[in-house]
Amino acid sequence: MFDMLIDILSWACLLLGGLVGIIGGLGLVRLPDFFSRLHAAGVAETLCPLLVVLGLVLQSGISLLTLKLVLILLFLLFTAPTATHAVARAALVDGVEPEVTEDDSESTSGEPSSNT
Amino acid sequence: MTLVLVLTTMAIFATMALALVRALKGPTVYDRINAVNVFGTKTVLIIALITYITGHADLIDVALVYALINFIAIVAVLKLAKTRDLASSSDGVVDDV
Amino acid sequence: MRYIIALTLILATLWLAVSGVYKPLILLLGAGSVALVVWIALRMEVVGEEHNPILYSWRLPLYWAWLVWQIVRANLNVARLILSPRGIRPRVITVPTPHRSTVARVTYANSATLTPGTVSLLLTKKELTVHALDTRSAEELEEGALARRIAWLEGSDTEQP
Repeated sequence: MFDMLIDILSWACLLLGGLVGIIGGLGLVRLPDFFSRLHAAGVAETLCPLLVVLGLVLQSGISLLTLKLVLILLFLLFTAPTATHAVARAALVDGVEPEVTEDDSESTSGEPSSNT
Repeated sequence: MTLVLVLTTMAIFATMALALVRALKGPTVYDRINAVNVFGTKTVLIIALITYITGHADLIDVALVYALINFIAIVAVLKLAKTRDLASSSDGVVDDV
Repeated sequence: MRYIIALTLILATLWLAVSGVYKPLILLLGAGSVALVVWIALRMEVVGEEHNPILYSWRLPLYWAWLVWQIVRANLNVARLILSPRGIRPRVITVPTPHRSTVARVTYANSATLTPGTVSLLLTKKELTVHALDTRSAEELEEGALARRIAWLEGSDTEQP
């Protein structure tokens, strides 16, 4: 019974991780400018590995494999922001201008706008 | 069990395909680098999943090493794109920290 | 000297944990690689340079747990924006970094980048410039929950946020 529960939880994590990955990839193709695409890459690089590794860890329990998976996850989470920041900084120095909407920055959020 | 793992692998392959679309389209070189970075992260996850599908526990070491190399590769490519020289010591950015 | 011994012990433990094969030749190779890494670290003059009490605090695991929760929340927000890109309002904002140590400021910038919706562009001694994907992520960072958490992690803030 308990094993069954763990299995179902693990499957849910794995499939959800895959879904989050696809959403991130979709954003990478679909968002309008370079700096917004960095955020989409952030989705594919943080939550997706988190969920997939969690799902795999639930499969194997406490073992050497789990330790290595956790090491991989830690390493991915430590390097992802560094790489993202390096790319953003390099693009900025090279003259890629972030697209900025100034108009309604202090009004309510969530309203559809035509400037994207 | 294996079905779920294969489905997740397929989903991650789809993500890689989308990242590849962005890498081919550009338009700036930084878009391409960013897409390749995502592609590399997904490769690590694919290798980890394949470890579980095939049951060869040794493959996880490959994933571990790939995670390390991917980061170094991104920084190296970034440096190459910016300075056209891997060996230059100053990367042209004024660090004010 | 203390840092060299600590580094050697950490590297040796990591090697023993990851290797899983304990034969004389393999162990010898492991000892050799640990010695090589320590030597390179000494040559690069990074041993002990980044030593900071933050790294050993009991607050760190709590901070990580909180950060993972923040990452999940921010991811849901950005996933929603990807599926309906009309809500996107890119902004570049600047927030103050009132933290004492460099490690705390770098942790702040890295945490902001790690939560999707905000990407740090420039970090100086006093300020952090951030590109935010929408108004909500920008306001959340300006509101300062993350900055307060890091002040708490650093120990410069006595009460817990």
